[in-house]
Amino acid sequence: MTPPSWFMALSAVLFAIGVAGVLIRRNVIVMLMSIELMLNAVNLTFIAISRALGSVDGQVIVLFVITVAAAEAAAGLAIIISAFRNRETVYADELNVMRW
Amino acid sequence: MPLGLFIFLAAIAVLSALGVILQRNPVHCLLALVLTLLDMAVMFIGLGAVTVGFLQAIVYVGAIMVLFLFVIWLLNLQAEDRGGSRQLALKFFGVVGAAVLIAELFVFLVKAPSPAGMNHPPPLFGSIASLAGALFTNYLIAFEATSLLLLVAVIGAVALARHPAAAGSLSPAQGAQPVASGGSEARPVTPEHKAGGMG
Amino acid sequence: MTVHFPYLGLILLIPAIGVLFNLFLGYRWGRGAVNFVAPGVIFAAFIIACWGFAKLLAMPPGSALAVTLWPWIEAGRFHVNVALRMDALSAVMTMIVSGVGALIHLYSVGYMAHDEDYARYFGYMNLFTLSMLVLVLADNLLLMFVGWEGVGLCSYLLIAFWYTNPEFAYNGRKAFIVNRIGDAGFLLGIFTLVYALGSHGVWTLSWTGMQAHREILTGIWEPFGVPVATVAGLLLFAGATGKSAQIPLYVWLPDAMVGPTPVSALIHAATMVTAGVYMIVRLNFLFILTPSAMEVIAVIAALTSFFAATIAIVQPDIKRVLAYSTISQIGYMFLGVGVGAFASGIFHVMTHAFFKALLFLCAGSVIHALDGEQDMNKMGGLWRKLPITYATMLIATLAISAIPGFSGYFSKDMILEAAYASGHFWLWLMGIITAGLTSFYMFRLIFMTFHGASRVDPHKADHIHESPAVMTIPLIVLAFFSVVGGWVGLPKGFLWGEAFVRFLAPVTGEFKATVAANAITLSALALATTLIGLVLAYLMYLARPELPGKIASSAAAFYRMLLRKYYVDEIYRTLISRPLFWLAGPALARGVDQHGIDGIVHGTAFTVDNSGEAMRRVETGNVQHYALIYLIGVIAIGAYYVYLVIG
Repeated sequence: MTPPSWFMALSAVLFAIGVAGVLIRRNVIVMLMSIELMLNAVNLTFIAISRALGSVDGQVIVLFVITVAAAEAAAGLAIIISAFRNRETVYADELNVMRW
Repeated sequence: MPLGLFIFLAAIAVLSALGVILQRNPVHCLLALVLTLLDMAVMFIGLGAVTVGFLQAIVYVGAIMVLFLFVIWLLNLQAEDRGGSRQLALKFFGVVGAAVLIAELFVFLVKAPSPAGMNHPPPLFGSIASLAGALFTNYLIAFEATSLLLLVAVIGAVALARHPAAAGSLSPAQGAQPVASGGSEARPVTPEHKAGGMG
Repeated sequence: MTVHFPYLGLILLIPAIGVLFNLFLGYRWGRGAVNFVAPGVIFAAFIIACWGFAKLLAMPPGSALAVTLWPWIEAGRFHVNVALRMDALSAVMTMIVSGVGALIHLYSVGYMAHDEDYARYFGYMNLFTLSMLVLVLADNLLLMFVGWEGVGLCSYLLIAFWYTNPEFAYNGRKAFIVNRIGDAGFLLGIFTLVYALGSHGVWTLSWTGMQAHREILTGIWEPFGVPVATVAGLLLFAGATGKSAQIPLYVWLPDAMVGPTPVSALIHAATMVTAGVYMIVRLNFLFILTPSAMEVIAVIAALTSFFAATIAIVQPDIKRVLAYSTISQIGYMFLGVGVGAFASGIFHVMTHAFFKALLFLCAGSVIHALDGEQDMNKMGGLWRKLPITYATMLIATLAISAIPGFSGYFSKDMILEAAYASGHFWLWLMGIITAGLTSFYMFRLIFMTFHGASRVDPHKADHIHESPAVMTIPLIVLAFFSVVGGWVGLPKGFLWGEAFVRFLAPVTGEFKATVAANAITLSALALATTLIGLVLAYLMYLARPELPGKIASSAAAFYRMLLRKYYVDEIYRTLISRPLFWLAGPALARGVDQHGIDGIVHGTAFTVDNSGEAMRRVETGNVQHYALIYLIGVIAIGAYYVYLVIG
């Protein structure tokens, strides 16, 4: 049997990959995907702990995270479409109207 | 979950996650992400969270990822060009920061007390019944709040993504679109990023 | 015995209605309504005052009518009510103020008949009278202060009534500012009393309340090592010098002549300059505790009286002569008050109100007839053309010059006798000389204005006319009282004797002579100087009109000094105004304000601006930069926990 800490280690790695993705990619859609990746990394921790503790609470939280992720994706993609319409770009470094 | 299966799934997860952030073409990124999520769904099922695992596959992969795909097609995005802003400083610090983060998390993992091992789960653990029992008792308010959140997200997405020309058909209160309203006279796209380097 | 008498409130309410009517409805309802309402409300107040007076007469001596209208200030144990109190003293003052005020209002109807701003004028006049009524009817020092300030405000409004003339507006400001200096003293005096009484647990400023705790006021006040009464008395007297135009704050009164002449009459006779005298008499229980302050009052009063009279003898402007004569006469009042004969001071206030109002109204009548001419060198021989004005003004002159039988004689005699009997020989001597000067400058005024050859501008001469009845009737009424007004205070033992003084005695206390004085000798001496003054005036201005010019040229420096009023205005300007202007302008405005305070303000703005300019570079607009900073924050927090876990 795999100990829970292994799952958490995998979760940490996936989370850090998501962080790196947010920072190194210019494409806003890919940044959004990286955020989904981070969310799922956290989900993995919840599921593993849930199993370790024999409690269903962690799974319920994961359900909520999935819901929030859906909402976030819907709103985020809408913003991207809107921004693209105005600025003809999806690159974060070109969407910098709100600067000094 | 047997250790071998875990290692196999973990390897796929890490590789496909790296694929998400390293490939140039957004569609390829998305496919890598889909792979990661399916891999995770399998892992969830292996951990006894059968319902959540299937929901992950259906909702996440089947709905949200398809939404991403639609947007990518809608915007007709191509692979990122190599030219323009490389933002090497940002990339360097991003990778370093992520590495430091992993290091910190591993320190916690090693030092912090963690559950000793996998217990044998109670009967029906992770079933729809057990989840529903929790959702409609302890988490009822959160559940209702989430439904409200989804409603807001739907309306917000419609309001944000609607074409500016359609704005006139709505009342001004609903038509508040910070991004769209400034759109027609927004300044032309110029490579502003020359001044944008950090560090 | 104090009797509740709610109708006292009407004495204030009715003029207040008049103020509101004139100011807000006056122009809409037209001149006729204003002409009826403005004098009418003051007459109504006068009638109620008479009613109260009659009630007082019927009650035993020392009684008072009182009414508490509403509580005003409730601060802890410190209570002040809006309460009115009419005892013998305030009854007399109320009747003077409302009675003389009503006649002046009536006269104004004629005088202001051609002025466009009649409603504003009468609104201010009513407010002026109202303020003075508040002042005299107040039951406590704070409410009196309200009236005191109201009077000051109205004097400003009315002196600068024709504000389109910059000089007039300037003089109005001057009156106001000089009065403010005095008012500051008055206010400090109030503070002193509140502090001194309050530190002994007595939280009241009402007359009866303070009088009941006199013993506190005799105590030494530690910071100064002098009795509380002396500190408070001198500060209050400083207020009185401002309002009542005494040295050193008299300078505003002659310049106040630029207002309409009935305003001058109101200021000089009824409403303003007597306020200081009234205040000190009202607080006589305080002032008799402090002989040193009383001494100061007496000396300043005698000096004021004398110097103002010397200035008056050379002034060419008819109203300025009267202005200085007012200063001089108020000096007499303060002299009486200062030597402890409080009732005599009020007696002179009353007689002076009659004849000084009359003098000003007559002067106004002359000015009105001559179409605004005020220079006596351009008058003369007017008595044929202005017979009523001439007759009434002559009566007033006889009264102010203290010719026996006229009102001024009795009051001035009483003051001078008190001055002598209290042992102030030198002050008495100055008073006697001033009496001579008074008759000299007053008869000079009469002779130059009404007698001798006419020096009137030829094309004004043919339309000189006597004033209408609405103006002459007040003159006649006032002339009547200028004669008989003094008869209420005959010399002791003669007919009903000093009825006036006996009536006031419960409030003002008895005057106690320290030096034996022969009243007849003193009176004869005063009369002698008066007659000398009269004869000199006759000689110089009727018999030999060339004489004044010769004297003036042979003592040119002295003459010029008198004409320029001892250069007091110039001295004040050099010593006070200029340094203050310098302090306000170059020193404070440009030095401290522009460089110091503005420097701080601008420096703050500059610092914020520049640091903002530097720091806004952080805002690149690229969300990934923000995310990186966020990550650094997360790592930092994580590092802290790593430190906790490892360490």
